[in-house]
Amino acid sequence: MSGYLDMELLRFTTAGSVDDGKSTLIGRLLYDTKSIFEDQLEQVKQSSTRKGLDQTDLSLLTDGLKDERLQGITIDVAYRYFATPKRKFIIADTPGHIQYTRNMVTGASTANCALILIDARHGVVEQTCRHAIIASLLQIPHLIVCINKMDLVNYQEATFEKLKNDFTNFSSKLDTKDIRFIPISALNGDNVVNRSSQMTWYQGSTLLYTLETMHIGSDYNHIDCRFPVQTVIRPKSDAYHDYRGYAGRVAGGVFKPGDEITVLPSGFTSKIKSIDTFHGPIQEAFAPMSITIQLTDDVDVSRGDMLVRSNNQPSVQQDIDIMMCWLHNQSPKPKAKYLLKHTTSEVKAMIKEIRYKLDINTLHRNEQDLEIRMNDIARVQIRTTKPLLIDPYKKNRITGSLILIDEATYQTVAAGMII
Amino acid sequence: MSNYNLTHLAELEAESIFILREVLAQFEHPCILFSGGKDSIVVTHLAKKAFHPAKIPFPLVHIDTGHNFPETLLFRDRLVQELGVNLIIGSVQESIDSGRASEERGKNASRNALQTVTLLDTIDTHQFDACIGGARRDEEKARAKERFFSHRDEFGQWDPKNQRPELWNLFNGKQHHGEHFRVFPLSNWTEMDIWQYILLDQITIPSLYFSHQRQVIRRHNTWLPLSEFTQLAANEEVVTKKIRFRTLGDITITGGDESTANTLEKIVLEVASARQTERGNREDDKRSETSMEDRKKQGYF
Repeated sequence: MSGYLDMELLRFTTAGSVDDGKSTLIGRLLYDTKSIFEDQLEQVKQSSTRKGLDQTDLSLLTDGLKDERLQGITIDVAYRYFATPKRKFIIADTPGHIQYTRNMVTGASTANCALILIDARHGVVEQTCRHAIIASLLQIPHLIVCINKMDLVNYQEATFEKLKNDFTNFSSKLDTKDIRFIPISALNGDNVVNRSSQMTWYQGSTLLYTLETMHIGSDYNHIDCRFPVQTVIRPKSDAYHDYRGYAGRVAGGVFKPGDEITVLPSGFTSKIKSIDTFHGPIQEAFAPMSITIQLTDDVDVSRGDMLVRSNNQPSVQQDIDIMMCWLHNQSPKPKAKYLLKHTTSEVKAMIKEIRYKLDINTLHRNEQDLEIRMNDIARVQIRTTKPLLIDPYKKNRITGSLILIDEATYQTVAAGMII
Repeated sequence: MSNYNLTHLAELEAESIFILREVLAQFEHPCILFSGGKDSIVVTHLAKKAFHPAKIPFPLVHIDTGHNFPETLLFRDRLVQELGVNLIIGSVQESIDSGRASEERGKNASRNALQTVTLLDTIDTHQFDACIGGARRDEEKARAKERFFSHRDEFGQWDPKNQRPELWNLFNGKQHHGEHFRVFPLSNWTEMDIWQYILLDQITIPSLYFSHQRQVIRRHNTWLPLSEFTQLAANEEVVTKKIRFRTLGDITITGGDESTANTLEKIVLEVASARQTERGNREDDKRSETSMEDRKKQGYF
């Protein structure tokens, strides 16, 4: 009963195309962890019958919008949820085709772990590389490569070992440190939730056990203290007449009462008087906690400012190099200005220089064709109207990320990872 | 290594509080859409935590169909008084009286769809630019594609194929005049998370969620409460059962489950072993496979 007080949250992303068994795998995870309700299953059975299918198609469980059902594809990121006694899981289920790169990037942006599916019959294909490259670019800390459809290759260890080798050769070019391989059959459930009786040669963990036990405590940066201020809390009530608290979510490091801090960009220094929550003051705060900080001095602090440790500061820059994923069907216009959001601050920015486009199937740098289209990933330099307080994305996914917004349409047009 | 881990509930809470604070920072006239159901109660509770020790800086808006459980209204009024926030009521009856909406007829008539008219009128009257709701992505397949900051055009419509991508912790609440946003801080919560959190924080909820004796009729595989609005068919019989409600909507469309769960602990255990989704008892969702998606596109909650 009290078990839920020990559960952790793990976010993972899956990417895949119609045929590699992604929907079947998700259906299998949901079904075998008893996360599917009878009325949902009944609906899927009815839909299967209407479509003239003989079997219940578990992949219909992950169907969303009307158009997606009509076309039998996933267009947008869909979020799925399930839990075991150890962890709650959020799946960002994204389509894997190249024209949906923007959705893969979106799903990957908050994930602790990426699941990559390889069809054991086809091996490492272009799409496999694309998914792994996106996972690496977005700095997803953990990667699980599921070699699927092992039932169709007679559960052979040799096939598994070969594909593992192929992938390792390719992934040596990537940043991802933690890569694991699991031979599975999503259709039959081998090594998904239950251990396979067909692959006794495999000594590793099942997929679910891996997801339940991988160490995610270090996925946030707990070294470099960063606290972007969201809003200022001033109750102006009799009981809290002089209360002035800076509300926000810790983006990195560990904050404690008494810490010497610097307010950026002003440079004022002060000390943390208290770290407040609804349930009272606390002794330490770390990412991703939402807290309110009171300082000992009456310094001027507002939204967009950042509290940092005085001896460990982010860089303050106006010319910023980023890897940019273009999310919109209209290409960027030369010298166009955009609104830029970074942590809690908002400035204007323009794309000053496009250095190269990255081929996300091969990592090849294209310096000839520099026209950016939707789903392209490019290295660019931007210039902002005011300096931003930044860290490299590799060091901190929160203070290292930004988005661009079109000034006229207010559409979110680009995602940037600071280099 | 480090022990800097949060529990899943602490992490969900931190995310929701972050969203609520973003609403305050990015919008001029936000409000909380309050139905009196557990999800809007949890949103309101999180708002209390997000701005403590200040008061919740948003009014609560109740779209009143006139088909309420009396307990819900009592609960609402007590909560508003306790929090010291404004309550704004949008009345579906007034929309009907003024000819803006027309009543459905027949045995299964409900005012569920009519709420959209009243809701959009209320948003327009008060110039709300952000309406915070308690919807969760696990509730329904159309909701699974919903954003935290969900854009609505000047007709209040949702365009699911043209949504803004949401990356990292960066939320884009930019809008043109006349447009607005629906904001869903509980997007990543499941029904189970909600109950565990209510238990953990000992949040007060209406008595309707606990097992109680009630006069009910059997209709569409659920126990519908007998009320002044019930039109009994010839073959229908009123019986008294020990039931509780898993969700709360209008009294005309919310079915109960037979249950003896009379404490939060027992409810959590019951939810853990439930074999049906919570919205399975909601007549509004049974009308067609895409009834939620269709209503949402029109501007529904």
